[in-house]
Amino acid sequence: MSAKLVKPPPPTDDKRWKLVDVTMRRNGYYGHALIETLHSVQDAFGYLDEVAMQYVAQSLGLPLSRVYGVATFYHLFTLKPMGKHTCVVCTGTACYIKGAGQLLEAVRDRFGVRLGETTPDKQLSVLGARCLGACGLAPAAVLDGTVLGNQQPEQLVKRIEEVIGNEH
Amino acid sequence: MNIDDLNEVAEKVREANAARHHCLRICTAAGCQSSGALAVTESLRNAVGDNPQVQVKSVGCMGLCSAGPLVEVESQASQDKVLYQKVTPGDAPKIVKSLGKSPVKNLRCRADIPFFTRQQKIVLENSGIIDPEEIDDYIAADGYQALVTTLTEMQPADVLREVTASGLRGRGGGGYPTGLKWSTVAKMPAEQKFVICNADEGDPGAFMDRGVLESDPHRVLEGMAIAAYAVGASRGYIYIRAEYPLAIERLKTALRQAGKRRLLGLNICETRFSFDIEIRLGAGAFVCGEETALMASVQGLRGQPRPRPPYPAQEGLWGHPTLINNVETLANIPSIIRRGGEWFAGIGTENSKGTKIFALAGRIAHTGLIEVPMGIPLREIIETIGGGIPDGRRFKAVQTGGPSGGCIPESQVDVPVDYDTLRQAGSIMGSGGMIIMDETSSMVDVARYFMEFCMTESCGKCVPCRAGTYQMHGLLDKIARGRGTAADLALLEELCSVVQATSLCGLGQTAPNPVLSTLRYFRNEYEELLQPDQRDLASADAAAPWEKHA
Repeated sequence: MSAKLVKPPPPTDDKRWKLVDVTMRRNGYYGHALIETLHSVQDAFGYLDEVAMQYVAQSLGLPLSRVYGVATFYHLFTLKPMGKHTCVVCTGTACYIKGAGQLLEAVRDRFGVRLGETTPDKQLSVLGARCLGACGLAPAAVLDGTVLGNQQPEQLVKRIEEVIGNEH
Repeated sequence: MNIDDLNEVAEKVREANAARHHCLRICTAAGCQSSGALAVTESLRNAVGDNPQVQVKSVGCMGLCSAGPLVEVESQASQDKVLYQKVTPGDAPKIVKSLGKSPVKNLRCRADIPFFTRQQKIVLENSGIIDPEEIDDYIAADGYQALVTTLTEMQPADVLREVTASGLRGRGGGGYPTGLKWSTVAKMPAEQKFVICNADEGDPGAFMDRGVLESDPHRVLEGMAIAAYAVGASRGYIYIRAEYPLAIERLKTALRQAGKRRLLGLNICETRFSFDIEIRLGAGAFVCGEETALMASVQGLRGQPRPRPPYPAQEGLWGHPTLINNVETLANIPSIIRRGGEWFAGIGTENSKGTKIFALAGRIAHTGLIEVPMGIPLREIIETIGGGIPDGRRFKAVQTGGPSGGCIPESQVDVPVDYDTLRQAGSIMGSGGMIIMDETSSMVDVARYFMEFCMTESCGKCVPCRAGTYQMHGLLDKIARGRGTAADLALLEELCSVVQATSLCGLGQTAPNPVLSTLRYFRNEYEELLQPDQRDLASADAAAPWEKHA
């Protein structure tokens, strides 16, 4: 919790570390900005690996166990790299009632990935969200950041096929 | 800023509005954005071109998400308002061409349907009217008047008196009297105090707070500043879920604008009162809606709750007294200060004052956000405002209160909605999510769904919740698959009471509620799924060897 620590150099000369540094600096390198910092690592790199966690731990003056504990406690943080495209299916109550299960089944049948998995060719990750708050549009999914409301299973599969293109 | 400066800003905006002939308002809250509102905004702007008589304004939620994207056209001359639904970018030229003439018929959404007319708006009064990214628009709608009045004319004790007189109760679900909570924090003899706005709207099926933050973020900041003045705090945090990127964006804009206008920061309104707000992001942990877990998360720790007392009002963030209020609670404050606690206390029922926002979703014709006075019958919300069940199906139950709540069956929907009656009916008010289910929904399946939710969201700190939710989910799954026995059901009920009585925090204590309420009203659905004799089952189903030990 001290701002006087010697800041370690970034692990690589990847420019994205600058974004992480900005977040930490804005929060005065305080340990309580850990979650903010991990968010910015994940925004920049897509996931949290050991190198990143070690760098954050040293920069904020926290034990690595603290950083690892927080990174694994919160569902939004992932320690594995995601596929090139992500499809988040909302599994909130309204979507559940209106058929989110069928969406997931259709995606599994077509691409062979279940909730939380990535295709072997790293093209598609399927994630679940507790609730997108788009309940008025249930069942909803988010494909590469675009919210798709009122989805039918075939419709969603088709949209995913479109973004993946002919690669799959 | 003093009251004259505010009035000057407001006057300017009003003059500019009056000089224009037409205002096109497009809902650009997350619901309508997902239906394509941004493309509609762009094509409307293109169609209008540089006509100074027409303003194209992006506004917050108009409520009726199922009909989005929504566009409202207001004409200054006739004071007429026309609402269009399901607008596509291709409709933009038609709409612009119709200005000053008769409206485009096939796009019209009737504004005289009960969905709009039966509502009473306090928190959402500016939603769908002002531009959430323009502080001046909020000021023109009497925004920040309450804060300036508070700082220049009222003592903290006066504010506490008004809030207590209003009878406002916590809108996050607990229903704790807000005035009492504020007074407790105000009484603490500490130099450093904090105010936290709980925007970790984790209940699946609830999007009230998101609606407020995306449509009228300044209202929440104003409420927080007034709260801070009343309790003697100088720092505030807004803890918001990372799943709401648009709300976060708009909050950040609002914070920047309020700071620039010196309505936040050092020496607000040239008084000795200073107050700063910081945004803290959640990271997808439902348990962080619990106040002690939330505070741990704000401090950058794992979001695990701790026993209370000490309550946050005594020992909160970093050990300092902390006031934690929900978004909707704080959003009520500016109206209460502006119009008086007594005015607010005149709305609602004996023990539940004011209005409440509900999010309607599931098998219902009109999905979206509504704000209604407390005490309105549940049936009116579902059948009149919500437009009933589509596809000719029959209403079966309404789920309120998320994973901590319960299902209210058809026989109980004539109860007036307030904190106490919903509790008697076996559910809770909760934060305001209402999921409507028709006859196609299996209640055992719904109970299993919520138990799965609580099981994965349990933080793992205390055994009753960690192990209990896992076991209960296993039993529910077994019953739902038609493999359960009467003994399983009895064990499930026993576990419900143990987990309820012995869990550390609200998550575990309320996790059995969906099971208990469905058992109370739909016990037959459980019993129909039970196996008559478990020995037959064990020999018949060799694929499940673990059941033989039961």
